[in-house]
Amino acid sequence: MATPAPTDTLDLAARFPGAVTPDTRPGYTGWVVTPEKLLEFAQFVRDELGYDYLVNLCAVDYLPEDRMEVVYNVFKTTGGPGLTFKTWAPRKDPIEIPSVVSIWPGADFQEREAWDLYGVRFTGHPDLRRILMWEGFEGHPMRKDWQEPFYDEDVKPFKRRWPDGKHVYAEKRSVYGDNVYFKPGFDPEKWTPTDPEEALYKSLKKYKTETSDGIETDHIIVNMGPQHPSTHGVFRAVVVLDGETVVSLKPVMGYLHRNHEKIGERNTWLQNMPYTDRLDYFNSMTNNWGYALAVEKLMGIPVAERAEYIRVIMAELSRIQNHLILIGMLLNDLGAYFTPALYAFEERELILDVFEAVSGSRMMCNYFRFGGVVRDIDEDSMKKIRDLVFDRLPRKIEEFDHLLTENEIIVSRLKGVAPLSAEEAIAYSMAGPMLRASGVPYDIRRADPYGIYDRFDFDVAVRYNGDMYDRYLIRLDEMHQSIRILQQAVKGIPEGPISSQKPSYTTKVPPGESYGRVEGPKGELGFYIVSTGKPNPWRYHVRTPSFVNLTALEKMCVGTKIADFVAILGAVDIVLGELDR
Amino acid sequence: MLTGKGILKGLGVTLKRFIDTYLDDLRWWGKRYYTPEGIAHRSSKDAKGVFTIQYPEEKLPVPEEFRYKPFLLYDEGPNGEKNIRCTSCGICAKACPPQCIWIVRGTDPQTGRPVPQPAGFWIDADICMSCGFCAEYCPFDAIKMDHNYEVASYTRNLMDMNELLKPVSYYASIRPLNYAREEEARKAKEAAKAAKGQ
Amino acid sequence: MKEEDLRDLNLPGYEIPPELTGQLAITTLDRIYNFGRRASLWPMMFGLACCAIEMICAQAGRYDMARFGMEVMRPSPRQSDVMIVAGTVTKKMVPAIIRLYNQMPEPKYVVAMGACASGGGPFKEGYNVVAGIDKFLPVDVYIPGCPPTPQALIHGMILLQQKIDKQSIKHVRWYDGKKEDSVAVPVPYLGPDLIDPRRIPEIKAKAAELAAQQQQLAPEQA
Repeated sequence: MATPAPTDTLDLAARFPGAVTPDTRPGYTGWVVTPEKLLEFAQFVRDELGYDYLVNLCAVDYLPEDRMEVVYNVFKTTGGPGLTFKTWAPRKDPIEIPSVVSIWPGADFQEREAWDLYGVRFTGHPDLRRILMWEGFEGHPMRKDWQEPFYDEDVKPFKRRWPDGKHVYAEKRSVYGDNVYFKPGFDPEKWTPTDPEEALYKSLKKYKTETSDGIETDHIIVNMGPQHPSTHGVFRAVVVLDGETVVSLKPVMGYLHRNHEKIGERNTWLQNMPYTDRLDYFNSMTNNWGYALAVEKLMGIPVAERAEYIRVIMAELSRIQNHLILIGMLLNDLGAYFTPALYAFEERELILDVFEAVSGSRMMCNYFRFGGVVRDIDEDSMKKIRDLVFDRLPRKIEEFDHLLTENEIIVSRLKGVAPLSAEEAIAYSMAGPMLRASGVPYDIRRADPYGIYDRFDFDVAVRYNGDMYDRYLIRLDEMHQSIRILQQAVKGIPEGPISSQKPSYTTKVPPGESYGRVEGPKGELGFYIVSTGKPNPWRYHVRTPSFVNLTALEKMCVGTKIADFVAILGAVDIVLGELDR
Repeated sequence: MLTGKGILKGLGVTLKRFIDTYLDDLRWWGKRYYTPEGIAHRSSKDAKGVFTIQYPEEKLPVPEEFRYKPFLLYDEGPNGEKNIRCTSCGICAKACPPQCIWIVRGTDPQTGRPVPQPAGFWIDADICMSCGFCAEYCPFDAIKMDHNYEVASYTRNLMDMNELLKPVSYYASIRPLNYAREEEARKAKEAAKAAKGQ
Repeated sequence: MKEEDLRDLNLPGYEIPPELTGQLAITTLDRIYNFGRRASLWPMMFGLACCAIEMICAQAGRYDMARFGMEVMRPSPRQSDVMIVAGTVTKKMVPAIIRLYNQMPEPKYVVAMGACASGGGPFKEGYNVVAGIDKFLPVDVYIPGCPPTPQALIHGMILLQQKIDKQSIKHVRWYDGKKEDSVAVPVPYLGPDLIDPRRIPEIKAKAAELAAQQQQLAPEQA
């Protein structure tokens, strides 16, 4: 699985003397750049070396070394392995790092997240506000020296559970008897509320015009969500309208921010596996794979042959059910109230039956283990999979095609709406079907193959208009391709062991960093992990497609009608579990 | 151009599915509902028409590996005593991702030395994420995942030892294949031990 | 109305002449009141996290909650009877949830679906998570599971119906006006952390106590 980095052949240190040094820490790759030269370096990497696609940006808190690091993973949209570079600043407020939004606009939300959770101030960022927590929240919670009210210990397993584990509710232990903490001397009566929304409303573009007869026209602000049937969960968007046309739009998230990464850094390596199920809860199988891949890469262990096939089968089944639901829900948003969605749920139930039989749970599969999978597919389930793959699903995908594709209402609602050009899509770090609908044939299964995808014969689905209709069609295309892969995988699956490792609840991971990426149904799902050789990860960051894909939401929506916003959001295919984590 | 052909095509699909509802009802007359083969038909690749499982009158059978909440196993002794399999080794509590298992290791009241019996065992069902790690890594087959999902209640759920304990016969009834496999392994192990002892 | 339904409503001990069976029922006000409510519980279309997907599945073709008169998912709190809190409740979201609950007309019920809504779930230790919606709202039914399968959810809803059956119009909490639950739940707000208005004196006292402790410690350290 080791992908040789081309950085070995490049001497970036000679190009930027004194500013760029190779990262020589054991297990690390890439380059370390000084903050002063960061922008120049980034420009060079993008324009001269062709790394036009910023995939991941995250902060790492190296508390013992007293440094706050920011990691960048960049790739070429023409394919191939990526380049990692880092920059760091001393861990003393204010921590300042130049923002790369001017070079890769897709860094926007990711930098805001690093500011929110780590307190890294990105100088030159156009709109640096908190993104997951609310404005006014005290502290930057992902820092290693920040403790939550229900803090038990730094790492799991907790000593309080065994051998003298008399059950105590966490509430009883915490200072305020609940999951809250206030500074000593805090007086809620005297505390003057600062409006947490103020910065948000200030960031919106507003307008006011006056006609010659002195009639003033003002903007209208519409808050959609967090409780709104069309936002696919607890997502909120603040929209400034001119009549019905969207003038400005800001997504507001964090309503389902459940501290996945903070908990993940406390968990042992294996304990994170069931937590990844809850990221994109439609596709727990793919989430498992992304995480397993990152850890396996670091451990340097092989995956059992049969397990590789099982992984492909499960991931592709996930993709099909995800796209079916997406199409159903998109049609819901367009007003085709529930018929397509109900048809989609029917097929999904049959796929979930397979997941339930092999893994034990419909949604939270927790099926992958490092080096393989937890359980073999039994003959009954194999038969069910064959039935689905060779008979039912192709038939039903065809039926969806008949039901919807040529429908004139759908065509007129979708065609030409909210187009995104290939250049824009790359710049905004769009991933998955959203990127491919804009004419960029970038699919990690082909561009940076993982698992055994290099053995299968399939086409990278791509559409060239970048509008809503293409975003719908590409999902159909991808389902057809998934069926092709599935048919080959089901035919070719060998007998054999399902794991290369002995089952164990402890995992030994050598020190180092690793970035594992899979092509999830919603786009690139990446896991950036840092190990210090301990039983728990030092850093566990999830780069989720829903989160990064939303960076372009404002770009897509401005100029369209408010009714289209609902559909545009639907086609981005967000799921709140991985958007807010 | 708006001809309406596409809409009609789509309506054709819904019409076909609507008619299928009645045709399939007729084809499976009398045994479509409330029979195991009817349920199997409605969950198969040939499922057509009404897809609904008439819960609670009929229930969708859960697969053997289905996991809901953990429970503790005890062997029934000849005089009806409960021999708890758990040795309070704590592996489940260590493996548990949300750390919802609490165990007090048993001690001998006379000597004060630890004994392989839990003195207290709690699972906070309001934290448990049903991942099944406890059952997966238990070396004594003492904790398993239950199939019973009808556990809603009017209060919060903190399961203590009394609630958690279930007989092995129950386990054998919900997971026959796993049970047979584990028994075989146990017997083989005992035979090997006996052979060594001789 | 079906004959069986009427039979359910009939009070035992009152014989109905055979020629009137199926047309007449002798019942109490409670029974008729409960009958009306239990048979058309309209849930609010309100999904928070993973559990919401299972809630949709329960509404979709295979499990079809319409069979219980619960198919009308209302996106507006004004038209709904039961709030299925399906998913992790976060501090950022909880003010919105409480506001929605206050906007629901009585009689109203709350179902905590899944581990997260019941007691924090696997994410309980997180800094942005409210450990159970029952810290703020009176929960009628708790459904454990992560996530509860659609059948488990329906079982919980049946349990809610049974609870309704036992209620009496004289004792339900919302017509009294004096009981704690009959008035609106105070909406928490976001300060340095989540502030529950009902707990302000408690927080104040505790914070003062902490400050005093700190002061005591400070000279010692110096």
